[in-house]
Amino acid sequence: MFPPIPNASVAPGAERPRFGEKDVMRRSASEVTPPAQRQTEVAKLIDVTKCIGCKACQAACLEWNNLHEEVGFNHGVYDNPMDLTPDTFTLMRFSEWDNPDTGNLEWLIRKDGCMHCEDPGCLKACPSPGAIVQYSNGIVDFIHENCIGCGYCIKGCPFNIPRISKVDHTAYKCTLCSDRVAVGQGPACQKACPTQAIVFGTKDEMKDWADFRIKDLKSRGFDKAGLYDPPGVGGTHVMYVLHHADKPHIYAGLPDNPRISPLVQAWKGVTKYVGLAMMGVAAAAGFLHYAVSGPNKVTEEDEENAEKLAGGSPPPPPPENRRSPS
Amino acid sequence: MRASDKAPAGAGAAVPDDVEPGDAVQIGSPVQVSRYTAAARVNHWITAVSLVLLALSGLALFHPSLFFLTGLFGGGQWTRAIHPWIGVVLFFSFAGLFLRFWKANLPAREDGVWMARISDVLSGHEERLPEIGKYNAGQKFVFWSMSALILVLITSGVVIWDQYFSVFTSIEQKRIAVLIHAAAAVFAICVWIVHVYAAIWVKGTIGAMTRGRVTGGWAWRHHRKWLRELVGSPRRAPSNDPRTITK
Repeated sequence: MFPPIPNASVAPGAERPRFGEKDVMRRSASEVTPPAQRQTEVAKLIDVTKCIGCKACQAACLEWNNLHEEVGFNHGVYDNPMDLTPDTFTLMRFSEWDNPDTGNLEWLIRKDGCMHCEDPGCLKACPSPGAIVQYSNGIVDFIHENCIGCGYCIKGCPFNIPRISKVDHTAYKCTLCSDRVAVGQGPACQKACPTQAIVFGTKDEMKDWADFRIKDLKSRGFDKAGLYDPPGVGGTHVMYVLHHADKPHIYAGLPDNPRISPLVQAWKGVTKYVGLAMMGVAAAAGFLHYAVSGPNKVTEEDEENAEKLAGGSPPPPPPENRRSPS
Repeated sequence: MRASDKAPAGAGAAVPDDVEPGDAVQIGSPVQVSRYTAAARVNHWITAVSLVLLALSGLALFHPSLFFLTGLFGGGQWTRAIHPWIGVVLFFSFAGLFLRFWKANLPAREDGVWMARISDVLSGHEERLPEIGKYNAGQKFVFWSMSALILVLITSGVVIWDQYFSVFTSIEQKRIAVLIHAAAAVFAICVWIVHVYAAIWVKGTIGAMTRGRVTGGWAWRHHRKWLRELVGSPRRAPSNDPRTITK
């Protein structure tokens, strides 16, 4: 068993947050100087092989974050609600998988939610300064008073996580309980998990614990068991232990090789700079042309010719180079 | 006298494509030429204001260094909410302009020569250019590229208008749309710069879109074929001014 995180101290001063504004490593649409010293990276490890699908984590998330999901419908499956929403930051996704090697039907239950990428696509796509921040401990958080509700984070995210609220038009997702972590507690979902399928600690501790779990799984015949810490997004601060780590997609469409879409990279990279440059060049060319050529003015002669033409007297003949319309 | 008797060779009794309703010559000194009706001008300025507001609000979300422009619209949330609605206004307003102007912007024989002599255009040597109808090839380029770009912008814009249309497309389709939207907007702003610069550079042009008139000399210098068409196939105006030649 992984040693549980002790309850919060009630000693005076213990409520002082252990990280905050000064630990911001990345800030959307802003340049920040990263803190000289990075905090110890934290991580949540979700051991899919130990999950019993009780949804205690989902309930704890609603409770801690004071979320009120609307009462939905029973669609005949265990997933409830059917997708992440602005009020459901984490969701148990149930998949039935026919294992071709063993002929067993496996019930795969994955707790979906923000992965807290080391290279967050949401933050890269966000146009609003400070609406998304990444702390040096790895937590990616949405700052709602800066969010404008444009939905660019949804396009940036490789995991399809953020959701825009129809009520306040800002984006919501798992915070990794940044408010709890700040005072030395684990996330609410971790606290509620009865089987330790969710554990929380430093990223190194979680990797070690995952190794231990993977060894155990391999000894039980799950020879493809492994850790899901995808390098395409620089690793994540929410990791999975999977019994079939060679095919993450069987776990309700977990991306095999997630990365920030090249379309988003192009939009937020080259388009931004080339676009501004093109507009600048167009405007500069105008100024330059005016400075060199001067204004194109109508002459007295033009006016006289027009008067002659309109007055019926013969104006000068068309220039030689004018082609006669046949 | 039949119109064709006085018109230059080829200009028949039928109204040429590039002569629009309301185009007319008022004889005087200087000669005045009506170029845009009041309705066309109002239509133009609604489009113009929408386009400028769209560019400002769009650029605010395009590059972080321009995010301060959201202040003009009441903050980020307001900018995000209002930008697509201005886009809808622009689309319908531009559609009005399109219906008014498309016929006069059809390609003409002299466009090729005009483009081939673009250096004479830029150096202001009108005398080396063929006689031009109501619009030259540059103006036609602005017209058609804006038409195409606005079509692309409204289509891609609806795809990324998440507040109402997010459920109709996939995230991957939205990613494609947002990239196309940004690129098309850049081109549209460049075309707009060309359009505004041309109006500033060619003196006497702006009056066409403010009071609706240009001087005869301006028409003679820049759109002589159009002026000849207006003078050449006259029809008496219904107005009381007997000196107005109108279409």
